[in-house]
This record gives sequence, structure tokens and C-alpha cells, in this order.
Amino acid sequence: MTRKPLLSVENLSKTFFLHEQNKVIPSSSQVNLTVYAGKLTALIGPTGAGKSSVLKSIYRTYLPSSGRLLYETAAGVTLDLALALEHQILELRREEIGFVTQFLHTLPRQKTLDVVAMPLYRQGVDKQEGRARAAELLAELNIPERLWEVPPATFSGGEKQRVNLARGLIASPRLLLLDEPTASLDAKTTDRVVNLIQRKKEQGTGMLAIFHHADLVKRMADEVVELMVPVVNV
Amino acid sequence: MDKILEVKGLSQVYGPGCDLCFASTGPDFETNICPHCGSIVALHDLSFDLYKGEILGIMGESGSGKSTAVKCLYFDQMPVGGSATFFDDSGQKPLFKLNPAQRRSLRNHRFGMVYQNPNLGLNFDISAGGNIAERLLMSQVMNYSEIRERARELLARTEVLTERMDELPKNFSGGMQQRVQIAKALATRPPLLLLDEVTTGLDLSVQAKILDLILEIQSELNTAMIVVTHDLGVIRLLAGRTLVMKYGRVIERGLTDQILEDPQHAYTQQLVASAL
Repeated sequence: MTRKPLLSVENLSKTFFLHEQNKVIPSSSQVNLTVYAGKLTALIGPTGAGKSSVLKSIYRTYLPSSGRLLYETAAGVTLDLALALEHQILELRREEIGFVTQFLHTLPRQKTLDVVAMPLYRQGVDKQEGRARAAELLAELNIPERLWEVPPATFSGGEKQRVNLARGLIASPRLLLLDEPTASLDAKTTDRVVNLIQRKKEQGTGMLAIFHHADLVKRMADEVVELMVPVVNV
Repeated sequence: MDKILEVKGLSQVYGPGCDLCFASTGPDFETNICPHCGSIVALHDLSFDLYKGEILGIMGESGSGKSTAVKCLYFDQMPVGGSATFFDDSGQKPLFKLNPAQRRSLRNHRFGMVYQNPNLGLNFDISAGGNIAERLLMSQVMNYSEIRERARELLARTEVLTERMDELPKNFSGGMQQRVQIAKALATRPPLLLLDEVTTGLDLSVQAKILDLILEIQSELNTAMIVVTHDLGVIRLLAGRTLVMKYGRVIERGLTDQILEDPQHAYTQQLVASAL
């Protein structure tokens, strides 16, 4: 059976130009990969190989320097994410593409339940249902109930990360980008996260992920792509 | 997605102006003062689209022209060039070709403005509730008890103590004045809200409350907003897309997270680097 990939990245390169120092800094070089619905592609490689840059280029937090990022939308249109209009990207972020980063940016007073439910609110789900679904996920990720009504600003690193993950998974995006989703978690909590990600995969979410540990790659990945540190020509 | 505002080639010059004003100012010349006639080129060739329910950020330091842009859109001043079209439920409105009565009508019913200085947006000589009543009266809400009820609701919504609605806003703290101003701007449920440095000068906890409030309003009422600020933190939290301005020109535009994490222009790189 041949299926069209959800995402195919072709010859993606990302370099930064620092005006102040008149310097070009290469980050990712000639990256090729595919992500299929319901499958997980893992990005591996040493620090500095530009793994996070690939995720950020796909999410358009970085402007790709060259290459194509072909994404199949829910409407069946193939869109090059490198060239898509800002409005198209914002709409995809709202409806189809999720990103779990290592950092949690939230509004100062927003309660954890609302932080997690936010992607649902943006899709028009009402507050009561959004909060109920957020509560389910938080419970599954072992975040104590006493923290649900508190803003996550004072949470530990691991708690914040799980809040971030819950927010990334709640709306069941078609494509999910995961940047070390288990980096600061203990073994037991990691298992819970792994189960949850596995379930979302079975529900059809295609994932591109960076994992901290090799054994997680083994457990989770359907496909592995290795990146090399780009060569600097001086 | 539906467009609510389309701005094309908006320009503004303070002073007599001459043929060389635009050609001899801007980021390349590192000035917005015309060397030939001494006029200030506050804005040159600003173009952007705004969609329903979207928050657009305009970022830049003092003198970059960002406030001039929103003041032109709110009819506080007439630009020397360019056009702006407002897509209202009742049809397209070319802002700078409207007669004074039509302009007043948009200003009173369809646009809301929140100034950095509450003194500009509020009448300090009438009560907080009265300020809101004033705007409701312009919208033909005439029934006293209805006006009072709406004012109370709006003040409660913006977290102003309703026991104080009969007090003069000049006796309020800066943060509370700003919230009364937001309540007033929202009184007619305008589809377009302009916010000019609304959190500047307020202490951090008050800033946070105002930012929360703005986002809640945006998600509840689907209000399109233009947020003018020099504060990168405010831009990060509020705006989906951002324009970066310098010397009256847009030097970079993009998704907000891209502008902050992967700025392309030398000036934006410098701005972001010095803020973090």
C-alpha cells in the first residue's frame, strides 16, 4: 500500500545571518524526511545538528532558507509551508499542526486547565467541555488535581512540560511536532507520556519528534532520520 | 477568513513637506526629518490587511510612526496619502473619503480606541459610569436604567470595582483608568479595537491583568485588534502577526514568533537581542 505522506521535507536547509557580526551560521543542512498519518518519525543526531531548527522551520517559527516542506492539508491540498501565507500558517496552527516545545509560554493569570484547553477554545469548543477534556488529560499525565486551578508559572520543570504536552495533544492535531517531550520526566511518568503519544498515533496523528533517549526512539519511532552537524566553510 | 481592514500606502508628514521628503528619509538615511524642508516623515507607504478577530502587532521604538498609524485610522488626524478600507457589515467604507458625519459614526460605533494616556480616552470630569454612558448615548441607547446596567456590566467585565462607578476616573490608579478606558472602548462592541501602548508605564502585575483582559475580549467577542507597542513581551503574548517599524517605514513583517526568534532585518535583530 502506498500512501501520500502527511509531510515531506525535501532538501531543507536553514542558515542564520547575523548582521551585527556579518556572519552566516548554518543550522540544518539538506534535510529530507517524511511523516505519515498515524506514524512517528524520530529525528536523531548530535547537538548542533539542527534538529530543533527542522521542527521550527516546519512550524515557521524559523523561515526556511531553502528546500520544500510539502504538507497535505485536511482539505486535501498540498501546501509548501515555506511559502504559505502567514494567515494560512496561523490557520494550520489553530486547526491542524501542533508543536510541543521545551518551554511553556502562558498568560500570567491563566489557570492550568485553561492553558491546556486553549487550543480547543480557539476551535470554538465551549469552556465547560474544554475544561473537562483538559482535566482528563492532566489526570492521565499525573498532574495533581490541586494544581489544575493554579497558573503553571510556579510548577516544576517536569510539571510544566506535561502541561505543555497536554496542550499539544488535546486538540488531536493532524501533525504534531515534539521537541524532547520527556526530557525532564522520571521513568514512571515517561511511561504515561509514551502511552498517551502512542494512543494519539493510533488515532491518526502523524508525529515528528526529537527524543532525549535512544531507547525512546526504539520504543516509539516508525522511521528514524539522522542529521549531521553542518560543515562550516570558513 | 474575512478581511476587516485594508490599508494601502498610508503616509503622514508633519510640516510643510516637499517633493524630496520621502526620498531622503527612512532607515537608509537613519532619520525621519527631511533635510530639505525640515518636515517629519512620520509614516511612509504603510500597507497591511487585518482579518476579523485577528490581533496584529505594530512594534517599533519612539518616533517609528506606529502611533501615527492608529491615530490616522481613528480619524485623530488625516494622512497626507494612502487609503484605508473598512469592511463593515453594511459594505466597504473608504475611511479617508468619508464625510465628517460618517467618520463620527464609525468612530463612535464601530471602532474602539485605547490610548496610552487615559486622559485622551476618558473625560476626567465625569464619573467612570458616565464615561461609558456617553458612548452608549452616541449609540442611541437612551434608557437610563439600561445605560446604567450596561455600564455596570462593562466595568465588572474589565474588573473595575462597580461600587466606584460613580467616582471620577481622575481619582483612580493608572491601571484602573486603563481598564475604564477599555470598558468605554468596548461599550458598543466594536469589531475593530485600536490599542496604543496600553500597558506602558503600568506596573507588571497590572500589565498582566490588562493583557489577560485583552485576550479574553478577543476570544469572547472576536474583535480584530491593532496593538501598538515597543514592548516585545506584549507583542509575544498578544499578536499573531507583527509589523516592525523604523523611521516611519515597515522594515520587517511576519508571524510574531518568527519575528522574535528568527528576525531577518539588522534592526529587528538588534532590537530582539537587546530585549532578551
